[in-house]
Amino acid sequence: MLDKLSRLKVPELSRRAFAAICALTALALLIALWLASGQHTFDLFQTRGQIANRERTLLIFSMLLAALVLVPVYYMLYTFAWRYKTGHDHKYSPNWDTDKKYETIWWGIPIAIITVLAAVTWVTSHSLDPYKPLNDDRQHLKVQVIALQYKWLFLYPDQEVASVNKLVIPNKWPIELDITSDAPMNSFWVPQLSGQIYAMPGMSTKLHLDAQQRGTFKGMSSNISGADFSKMNFTVESVGIEDFKTWVTNAKQGGHFTADSYTKLAKPGGAQPVTYHLHDKSIYDNAIMKYMGGHQ
Amino acid sequence: MIFASWLGKLDWSYFWHGWVQFGGQIATVGGALTILAALIYFKKLGWLYRNWLTSLDAKKIGVMYIVVSVVMLLRGFGDAIMMRLQQILGSGGGHGFLSGDHFQQVFTAHGTIMIFFVAMGLMFGIINLILPLQLGARDVAFPLLNSIAFYLYLAGVILVNLSLVFGEFGAVGWLAYPPLSELAYSPGPGVDYWLWSIQIAGIGSTLSGINFLVTILKKRCKGMTLMKMPIFSWSILATMILLLLVFPILTATLFMLSLDRSMGMHFFTADMGGNAMMYINLIWAWGHPEVYVLVLPAFGMYSEIVATFSRKRLFGYTSMVWALMAICVLSFFVWAHHFFTMGAGGNVNAFFGIMTMVIAIPTGVKVFNWLFTMYQGRVHFDTPMWWFMAFATTFLIGGGTGVMLAVPAIDFQVHNSLFLVAHFHNTIIGGVVFGYLAGIAYWLPKIFGFKLHERLGKAAVYCWVTGFFTAFMPIYLLGFMGATRRMEQFDPALQYQGLFIISGIGTAIIGLGVLLQVVQLGYSIWKRKELAAGHDPWHGRTLEWSVPSPAPEYNFARLPVVTERDAFWVAKHGGPALYSGPFKDIEVPKESGVGLVVGLAAAVFGFGVIWQLWWLLPIALAVIIGTLIKQTYVEETERIIPAKELKA
Repeated sequence: MLDKLSRLKVPELSRRAFAAICALTALALLIALWLASGQHTFDLFQTRGQIANRERTLLIFSMLLAALVLVPVYYMLYTFAWRYKTGHDHKYSPNWDTDKKYETIWWGIPIAIITVLAAVTWVTSHSLDPYKPLNDDRQHLKVQVIALQYKWLFLYPDQEVASVNKLVIPNKWPIELDITSDAPMNSFWVPQLSGQIYAMPGMSTKLHLDAQQRGTFKGMSSNISGADFSKMNFTVESVGIEDFKTWVTNAKQGGHFTADSYTKLAKPGGAQPVTYHLHDKSIYDNAIMKYMGGHQ
Repeated sequence: MIFASWLGKLDWSYFWHGWVQFGGQIATVGGALTILAALIYFKKLGWLYRNWLTSLDAKKIGVMYIVVSVVMLLRGFGDAIMMRLQQILGSGGGHGFLSGDHFQQVFTAHGTIMIFFVAMGLMFGIINLILPLQLGARDVAFPLLNSIAFYLYLAGVILVNLSLVFGEFGAVGWLAYPPLSELAYSPGPGVDYWLWSIQIAGIGSTLSGINFLVTILKKRCKGMTLMKMPIFSWSILATMILLLLVFPILTATLFMLSLDRSMGMHFFTADMGGNAMMYINLIWAWGHPEVYVLVLPAFGMYSEIVATFSRKRLFGYTSMVWALMAICVLSFFVWAHHFFTMGAGGNVNAFFGIMTMVIAIPTGVKVFNWLFTMYQGRVHFDTPMWWFMAFATTFLIGGGTGVMLAVPAIDFQVHNSLFLVAHFHNTIIGGVVFGYLAGIAYWLPKIFGFKLHERLGKAAVYCWVTGFFTAFMPIYLLGFMGATRRMEQFDPALQYQGLFIISGIGTAIIGLGVLLQVVQLGYSIWKRKELAAGHDPWHGRTLEWSVPSPAPEYNFARLPVVTERDAFWVAKHGGPALYSGPFKDIEVPKESGVGLVVGLAAAVFGFGVIWQLWWLLPIALAVIIGTLIKQTYVEETERIIPAKELKA
C-alpha cells in the first residue's frame, strides 16, 4: 500500500502555475481578512483624542516609510529569483562577489532612511512623552489611578470622587493621570485616547490625554497581573462639562470612600462600576508609600 | 511531621488539577514509558547507551540536540493549538476549556519551550553537526564539555516536562516579571519550575558558548585565516561572543529571583527595598541579545545556502562580516526598548529607539547581499532555497514592523498588544525557524548520507508560509483593533472571534506543514537508498562537502590545507588540492558517561530546589562534583584510529 503510494506520480508544477497558486492563496487570505474585519473599530486608527491622533499619524508615516523600502526589495527578490533560475541565458558571473559602488549604495540607502526615522523618533519621543502636559492653559483635571487585583480605581482628589472601573472625563479637557499599582505590574491603556503606560507597585507614572469627542471608549490592562487579569476592563466616558459636573454631584451622593473601604476593595476579585464620595485624599500616596518601608 | 518536611512542598493536591491537565499528565508519562518500553522490547537500550548517550562525537551530540528539540517543538506547538482554540472560544462569549491560570501556564510554557528548548536546541544541534567540519577540524575544542552542556540542556527539558506531571508551570509570561513572579503573588512551584529549567539549561548554553568560541579561534585548519572562514562559522563566532557576554546576566538574575522565592530575600520584591525595575533591566539585557543569538546563526545558514544554490560566490563577504559584528555590538544597546512604556523620559526612550532602528542598517545590507548573490547566478531551487525564499518573504515584514515598534511613540500604542505578538512570531518563525529548517534540509545529507525527499519538503514550505500568514496577519489586525496579548477571554461585543478563527485555520495549515515534514523524514529514511547523497549533493563550496557522507567520526582522514575562501569550490575548479601528505594515526575522544551523570544529577538538584527537598541538594551536588573530580583522574580519554584503517 505504502509502496504504491510512494510511486504515485504527482505532476510537476511549472513556475507560472506555482506563482499563480501563491497569488491566489494571498488573495483568498486578503478576502477572508477583509470579511472578518469589515465592521470592526480599528482603535489605533479610529482615534478620538489628540495624543492618539498624533500617534496614529506617526504609525501611518512609519508604515509608508517601511513600504518605501520593502516594495523595491520584494520586487528585486522575486525578479532575481525568476530571472536567474537555473537554465536561463542571462549573464552568469560565478566569481563576481564584490563591488564597492553597489555596496556603498546599500549601506547608504538604509542609513539615509534610518536617519530620517531617527530624527522623527527624537522629536516625537519628546513631544509625545506621556509626562509632558498637554499644550492647554486650562487647569488639567487630575485623576489618580490605582490598579488592583482585578479592577481599576480612579480617584478625583479635587472633585472628591472615587470611581471603580469607570473613568468619566469632560470632553476636550486636558487630563493628567497619576498611575500606580497596588498589585503586580499592569499597564493602563485606552487605545482610542492615547498610548499606554505601566502601573507599577511602589512607583508612580504619569499620562496626559484628552478626548476630542463625546463617547465611551474601552480601557484595559495590557500587562499580565494574575489569573483574572483579562477581566480588568474599564470604560472611559467623555461627556460635556455640564454633564461631568452633574456626574460629580451624583457620585458624591454615594457611600464614603475611606482607607477602610480601600482595604476592602483591594482584596483580589472583580468589581462592578460604582462611585463613592472620596473622603481620604491620602489613599493614592499611601498605596505607594506602603511599599517603601522595611521591617516594621 | 518529620515525614512531611522530608517531602518539602510535595503534596497530593498538586497532582490533580482537572481533566485537561490530566490529559497532559497521561501524555507525558505515557510518552516516556512508550519510548522506554520500545527500547527494551527491541533490545536497543544498550545500543543507545554505547553509541549515542555516551558518545563525544560532536555530530552525534548534534543529532541528539535536534531530536530532543523536535520533540519539544511538537509540545510547544501543542501549546499553541490549545491557546488558539481557547481564544476562539473565549472571544465568542463562551468560557472555553482553559481557566485564566491554566491558559497563562500554557503560554508561559509555549514561550519558554520555543525559545530555550526548541530554538536554542536546534541551534546547538546544527552547530555541532557542521561547525568542526566547516573549519576543517576533527572535533570541537572540548568534547566532554560538549556532552555535559547537552545533558544540562536535557535536564532543563526534563524539568519543564515534569511540571506537567508534578505540580504546575509558571503563569507569569515567558520572562516572569516580578512582583507577579514573586512568592507573594505566585506561591506555587510553577515559577520555580520555570526558573530552574532555564537556569540549568542556561548554564549548559554558557559552557557550549565557551566550547564553540575556542573551537573557532583555535581549531581552524591550516591556512584558514579568519577572513577566509566560511560565513556560517563567522555567524557562530559573533553568536558565541554575544552568548558568553549575556548568559551570565541571565544566570545571575534567575539566581537572585530564586533567592527571593526560596530564601525570603528581596532583590526584586515590591516592598522591603526590592526593585522590580532592576529585574526588568537585567532580564532584557540578556533577552534582547538572546534573539540575536538565535537569528545570527540563521543568517549564517542563509548566506551559505544562497551562495551554494546560486552557484556563485557570496556577494559582499567583507560587508557580511562587518554587518554580523555590527549587529553583535549594537544588540547590547537596545534592551530598554522592551519597556518604553515604563515611564523613562524622552531622552532615554529616543536613545534606545534610535539604537534599535540602527540595527536595521546592517540587517538591510545582509538582505541586499543575499539578493545580489542570486543576481547573475544560476539559482537552483532545491528545498533549502525554498526556505530562503520563505524567509525573505516573511522576515521583511517582520523587520518593517520591528522598525515601527522601535519608535517609542508608536510603541506606546502597540506594546503588549497582539501586534507585538504577530511581530515577534514574524521574525522568529520567518527568521529563526525557517533558517534552522533550511539548515537541517541542507546539512542532514552530510550526517546521514541521504537527502530528504524534495517535493514533500517543498509542500511543507508552502504550508508553513501559507499557514504563517493565515495565522499571524489576523493577529496584526487584532493589534490595530486594540487587542491585548495573553488574554483567554475577550468581550464578545468586540467581535474578535472571526479573526481568531482565521488565525486558527492558519495554525492548522502550519500543523499540516509539520505533519508533511514528519512524513518526509519517515519516507526519506525508508527510501534512503534511492535518496542517497554523494559527498557533495548540492555542489557545495565549503570543506564539509569534501568528506564522505555520512561524515566519518574523525571528520577528516587527513587534515585539509586551504588557501582561499570557498576552499572546496576552488579545489573543484582547478585550485590547489585540499589534502596531501601521508595518513597519520588519529586520536578521537573515548565514550564517556560523565555528561549523562552530571545532567541527571542537575535535574535532581533542580527538582530538589523546586519542591524544597533540601536534603536532596547536597547529594546531587556531591554527585556532580565527585563525577567531575573523578574524571580528572582518568588518563586514557582518547582512543586511536590507526592510519592503516584510514587508507582502506
